[in-house]
Amino acid sequence: MSGILETKDLTINFGGHTAVDHVSLSIKEKELKSIIGPNGAGKTTVFNLISGQLKPSAGQVYFKGKEIEKLPPHKRTKLGIGRSFQITNVFPNLSVLENVRLAVQSKENIMYNMIRHFKYFSRLEDEAMGFLEKVQLDKKADHPAASLAHGEKRKLEIAILLALDSEVLLLDEPTAGMSLEEVPDIIELIKEIRDERDRTIILIEHKMELVLNLSDSIAVLFHGKLLADGDPEDIMKNEQVQSAYLGGDIADA
Amino acid sequence: MKSNLNEMPNKTETTPDVPRQFQRNTLMKQPNYWIFAAVTLLMMAVPLFTSSNSVLFMLTNIFILGVFAMSYDLLLGYTGIISFGHAMFFGIGAYSMGLSLRFFDNAEAGVLVALAAAIVLCFIVSFFVGLLSLRLRDTFYALITLAVATIFLIAAEQWRSLTRGSDGFNFTADIPNNLFGFINLLDRQTVYYLGLVFIVAMFLIMRRFIYSPVGRTLQAIRENENRVASLGFNVLHYKLISNVVAGVIAGLAGIMYAFSIRFVNPHSVLGVELTIDVLLMTVIGGVGTLVGAIVGAGIIEISSHWLMGLRDVHPIFERWVILFGIIFILIVMFFPAGIVGTIRQKWKARRSSL
Ligand SMILES: Nc1ncnc2c1ncn2[C@@H]1O[C@H](COP(=O)(O)OP(=O)(O)O)[C@@H](O)[C@H]1O
Ligand SMILES: [Mg+2]
Repeated sequence: MSGILETKDLTINFGGHTAVDHVSLSIKEKELKSIIGPNGAGKTTVFNLISGQLKPSAGQVYFKGKEIEKLPPHKRTKLGIGRSFQITNVFPNLSVLENVRLAVQSKENIMYNMIRHFKYFSRLEDEAMGFLEKVQLDKKADHPAASLAHGEKRKLEIAILLALDSEVLLLDEPTAGMSLEEVPDIIELIKEIRDERDRTIILIEHKMELVLNLSDSIAVLFHGKLLADGDPEDIMKNEQVQSAYLGGDIADA
Repeated sequence: MKSNLNEMPNKTETTPDVPRQFQRNTLMKQPNYWIFAAVTLLMMAVPLFTSSNSVLFMLTNIFILGVFAMSYDLLLGYTGIISFGHAMFFGIGAYSMGLSLRFFDNAEAGVLVALAAAIVLCFIVSFFVGLLSLRLRDTFYALITLAVATIFLIAAEQWRSLTRGSDGFNFTADIPNNLFGFINLLDRQTVYYLGLVFIVAMFLIMRRFIYSPVGRTLQAIRENENRVASLGFNVLHYKLISNVVAGVIAGLAGIMYAFSIRFVNPHSVLGVELTIDVLLMTVIGGVGTLVGAIVGAGIIEISSHWLMGLRDVHPIFERWVILFGIIFILIVMFFPAGIVGTIRQKWKARRSSL
């Protein structure tokens, strides 16, 4: 095993439909790997299999050589695999700060304390505030998450993930639905995290141009199958990928 | 290990003007603190103004049902799960005390054994019912709690030698009038103060619980259970904790109820109607607000008392349940988030618009 995270013949069927079909990936430690492919290619489903929301019909997931595909999601997070969600998945009636504070609480392993007031651990809120500053949401810390605009919710989603401080970050289309002005900031933030080179990032995107000069390697999914996997130049030159993208099969939504 | 991401927050930590530090002296500046103090003092003074046993009796029951409703709110309002069997814990408490007083000659031993039995039983039952059902869907939890509560109800009805069946039994004669040498549980005023101490203590304990890291996690589970799991929390553990805390506190409320009512029968302390009552109390007061549960308990107790009294005025009031339904609909119409919940929302909206 060479990668920190590997999948072997990962497969899942929904009824008759095979959404992920014998996908074998290897993600090297501290690299940024992008998974691209058209809508419906199975990218999010691969994340769900890696982070435990779904159990595979066949195949394995290895984290640091350990088989994890049968573990529940919370255990995989504790092992060091954190993820963000494409469809915003926050706590709508809790404050923006509380959304992030909960992630910090988990990272700090304050799991079963029911005696202390949560403000006793004020460093958790301070840390959470730091992550909100990173995504420029600190001014909205006291607002309920439900009151945020869509782009802001996407940023909150990223702040929550950063707060978990995981070794592996799974980012599912972090810029999806953001306004055009907001996208560069987020790409910049991802670049910053990458340049620290202290953690592994897997980034899902369906727009190829966004990830070309961000990624160390790119995997292309198409109809649930791994179409190509290599460094960005190779992927650009790959004829199958070309024809898939140019052949109109890939909706550029 | 993750250098840069950690540095950021440390910087904010050293900023001196972070206002989010937890400071005890800010407690005094909160209006809630003063309301709490004023209401507690007022309640302490009630026996000075009235010696009417029926008033004290009703208030005592409101205190006890208020605790019961708050414990239910831990489940419904703070964890987001519906139980249809919460009465079983109340019944376990009440029956433990009734039976214990009946069978022990020594009152102190009886009370202590009942206390221990109720806590242990409620703990075990809530733990295993939770373990069995909480890993599955929430509807399953509702059904299992209903089923297990029904088993307790039937047991209390059928095990006549012990429980005297559906008639229940009165244990006024066994109520100690000199417990530990100074507590006269036959005195309404004493029981009133006991109830007051009980609700204040339980309120403070539950309040601390919901503001603890575990309590905060529970509220997140109520909002979005799967997301809590993907943050690394074992959701089942948290729901179990909530279930056990709510179950044990409901059991304690049942014990207090036995002191106040001095009578148990299956219907009144174990029936599903009691669970529905406590559900109504929580909803009327406002789910997710402990104070709301107390207000709800007060409204249900007072209005059912008052409506039953109207029976003597006109036979139409025989159907007080229907009238009660109308009151309930009106409250839900004008206070969609419950009384305390809606007031709190309005208050917050006004403050943020200023
Ligand atoms: N839980 C599910 N049940 C049934 N079908 C699903 C489920 N999740 C995903 N799918 C299907 O699997 C395919 C891949 O979806 P997804 O992984 O979300 O694609 P992508 O993220 O690449 O846009 C789609 O056809 C989708 O409808
Ligand atoms: Mg997707």
